[in-house]
Formats: sequence, structure tokens, C-alpha cells
Amino acid sequence: MGGGGYAMNALEVADVAFAYGERKALDGVNFTAAKGRFTALLGPNGAGKSTLIALLTRLYDLQQGQISIAGFSLRDAPRKALVRLGVVFQQSTLDLDLTVEQNLRYHAALHGMPRQVASERIELELQRQQLSERRRSKVRELNGGHRRRVEIARALLHRPDLLLLDEASAGLDPASRQALNQHVRMLCQERGMSVLWTTHLLDEVRADDDLLVLNRGRLVAQGRAATLVAEGEDLAASFARLTGNDGQSSVSDAGDAPPQRGATPFAVEPASTDTIMPEPRGDAAQHTSAPPVSGRNRS
Amino acid sequence: MITYWECLRGIVLREWLRFVQQRSRFFSALVRPLLWLVVFAAGFRAALGIAIIEPYETYITYETYIVPGLTCMILLFNGMQGSLSMVYDREMGSMRVLLTSPLPRSFLLASKLVATALISLLQVYAFLAIAWFYGVQPPLLGLLVALPALLLVALLLSALGLLLSNGIRQLENFAGVMNFVIFPMFFLSSALYPLWKMREASEWLYWICAINPFSYAVELVRHALYLRLAPTALLVCLSLTLLFSVLAVISFNPQHAALRRSA
Repeated sequence: MGGGGYAMNALEVADVAFAYGERKALDGVNFTAAKGRFTALLGPNGAGKSTLIALLTRLYDLQQGQISIAGFSLRDAPRKALVRLGVVFQQSTLDLDLTVEQNLRYHAALHGMPRQVASERIELELQRQQLSERRRSKVRELNGGHRRRVEIARALLHRPDLLLLDEASAGLDPASRQALNQHVRMLCQERGMSVLWTTHLLDEVRADDDLLVLNRGRLVAQGRAATLVAEGEDLAASFARLTGNDGQSSVSDAGDAPPQRGATPFAVEPASTDTIMPEPRGDAAQHTSAPPVSGRNRS
Repeated sequence: MITYWECLRGIVLREWLRFVQQRSRFFSALVRPLLWLVVFAAGFRAALGIAIIEPYETYITYETYIVPGLTCMILLFNGMQGSLSMVYDREMGSMRVLLTSPLPRSFLLASKLVATALISLLQVYAFLAIAWFYGVQPPLLGLLVALPALLLVALLLSALGLLLSNGIRQLENFAGVMNFVIFPMFFLSSALYPLWKMREASEWLYWICAINPFSYAVELVRHALYLRLAPTALLVCLSLTLLFSVLAVISFNPQHAALRRSA
């Protein structure tokens, strides 16, 4: 880990631990995210996802363990590693008073991209994200879905190997949430992009996704999502079992028919109405129990 | 090298675009020193006689005396406002974009300081232009010679602001801290009164003013505006800029803030 540029995995996390003073946030976390795969990182609030993201993006320094992005160690070769990482944070990091294009140019500059190259890539990404007509709009004027697309365009501008999305669907209405999830999967399929998608919403996971389950700072399960579902369970029940979260939150209802409209088995506290409401035209039961995974034998 | 240049250019450009968007910030930055120049100085002109002191070659009006101090006042407020925006960016999350750049963090922060300093200079020269028409007319060449001195002072105060912002947990705490920094720095300096005048009033006040870094900044600018070099002031400003910048970069770590919050 750490030396070369050739790697089978887009991301390797080895024995990572992190503590805020006495309180352990991550404890011996090990996993890999394969190249060209959509990897979902699921965990309830307080599981340690945000701390892990902060470590992956080098906002925090590693206290223990190793992280490699596309074969480059974040500790030993941070610059090479970060060049290969595109990030969409949970909280929007766009400058609201600047236009879409100005935001993208700023990001290109932060990556030291020559102006000509930046112009070409901005043009291309805006087309791909269907934002060309919005290039001169101030970000403040865009809706949540469009802002997320701008952030994705920005994250892809420097052609990363790994796209990291930290609860990127938070705050979006159900339709935008689904569209965003679809869009990122399309990037994965069509462009061979490796994606790490963190969420606490089960319906954002599909049966053939690579799945990581984080709970109380430990990785409690990893593998193909369908294979993690035990006989006679659905995904929600499996995760309630894995995270031992029964009875303390809506997890207790997870195995049943949808407890309430859009409640998520992992959400100790509902993030917002937007994130947990089901699709307007969809079935609530389908929405919460992650229907794709119910066909667990597919993979 | 191109990589670093493009990065610096991008950060400066962003600050410029944000500055252009916030015209009120530009005008409010000018109103403060102009009030001092037009209202405060008019009242004090009669009460306060200024003897012939370096770098002036003759008797001067009080307005003439305080203009260098007021230019530094603009730089002081802008430096602190720049750090305020750093705290805001940190809280709002936009700082993450900067920090996930693959370029060294020290370079990114230094670029941010340069960008803040350059924007401050625009406001200083707008003020000097107004002061010129008001009758405070240093040598034209002095306006050019003062440029590097003003840039150095702007960097010094921006670095100090960044250093202070690193110790601030929340945006709400910023105003209180600034009250303990901006006002004492400004009033306990040679910006409004010559040091000898202060000594007449109080010996200990004089010594506080004499060791206040802001006094050195004001004197550096004052001398440069009148085509003189103040070597001690230059040395002090250079040293402190370097010291504050290094300390600011070392102490800048989002992890520290998270650990403090957790504690």
C-alpha cells in the first residue's frame, strides 16, 4: 500500500482508527473499494462516517492505519492521492454568489489546471451534467438537484479515479434524490468511475452494490449487498441486526412493513423530511425496504 | 510552477469576484476612515498641534498626520474581516474545497493571505484618492513607493487575523475577540497621536504604544508615503509577518477545531 500508481483497488483502508480525545470514532476499520464499482457505505448517525470522510479527504490527519487512493498513500504521497480523488460533501461547498462556471474555474485553479485545459473540461462536464445553459447562473439561483450536479461536475473536473459522495442526497426531494443516485450509477457504468457513496438511507443501495456497514466506529459487514441479507430477512432487518440498533430507533420497525412514510432503519434521528419521504409515485414499502436487494440471489 | 501560479491566480480571482459582488463591503470599508478624516480630525485639528516630526519637513495639519494611520486602519479591519470569512468558510464548509486541493496547505493559506491583502490595497488606494481631493497630498511618487509597504502591512495583519481565527471555535466568538484586538491595536498606536504626545499624557501608555506592532506598521507606511525609509519598522514588520504566517499555517488544522469541539 502506498507506493505505486498501479492498484487493483480505487481505495484501500487498512486498520484505520481515530479518536476525539478519549472517545473512539473509528476503531480498526479495514476495507477496499474496487475499481469501477459502486460501493455503498451505510451507517447510522454517529457511526463514524463523517470522521472517515474527513480522513479520506485529508481534512483530518491519520492517527493510526493507512489509506491509499488508487495505490497512493494519503500519508506518504498525499498530493498524488488527492489528485485522484473527487469529493462531493454532504454540506454544499459551492460559493453561492459565484456563477456555476466561476465555481468550476475556482476548483480547476485549486488543482493547478492550466486555463485552456480548464475551459475544455468545464465545457465537457457542463454538457455531461446537462448544465450548459446554467453556466452563467449564480449558484444561489439553482435548485438543490442542480447544485448537486454542479458539485459532481466540479468533483470530476480533474478526472479523479475515485468519486466520493458523502450523503450527497441529503436535503434533496425524493425525485431529485433518486435522479442523483441514478446519475452517479450511470457515471460508474459508462465511465468506469469508482464510487464510494455514503448514506444512511437503505433505498439508495442495490443488490449488486458492494456494501460496507459501519456501526459505532467499526465495520460490521462488507460484501455484495445481496449476500449480506440473511435468509428470511429483508435488507432493513439485516442491517438492524448487524448494527444492533433494534428498539432504539426506527430500526425496530425495519423488518416490518414500512413503519412510517419513508422512515429509514438507520436514521436514529430523521435528517429532514426531504430525505426520508418516499417517492411521490412509489410504494412506501418498496421505498424503505430496498426492493432491489430483496432479490438477493441475483448476484 | 504553472500549477502553483494557476492556483494563486484562482484564489485571488475568487476573492476579487466576491469583493465585486459585495459592493457594500467596499463602501463600508471607506466610510469608517473617511468619518475619522472628515469629522474626527476636523475637531482635533484645533486642539492638537503637531510639531515637526519625521518624516515631515514642516508643520502639518492633523488630517495629514492621521492619513497613514487610517490607511492602516483599513488594512487592519480588512485583515480581521478576512479571518472572519475564514471562520465563516470553515463553519459553512466551503473551506473544505480549498483544503482538499492536492497543493500544499501552507501554499493555499499563503495564497489566501495574498488575495486578502491585494483586495485590501484597492480600498486603501480608493481612500488615498479621496484624501487627496480632500487636501491631504503626499508626494505622488510616495503613493507608488508606499505600495510595497502597504502590501507588507496588509500581509502582516491578514496573517495575524488568520492566526487569531485558528483559535476561535465559533463564528459567534469572533466579535468579542476582535474587540480585544482591533480597538486596542488601533488606539494604542501612533495612528492617531504622535508617540511623544502620548508620552506627555502617560509614560506607561507611551510604552504600550511604542511596542505595539501596529505602530511600526503605521510608521512604515507614513515614512514610505513621504519617500523615507523606516528601517526598524520595516524589520519589525517583516519579522512579524513571517512569524505570524508560520504560526498561522502551523496552527491551522480543521482537526484541531473538531477535537476542541469534542472536548
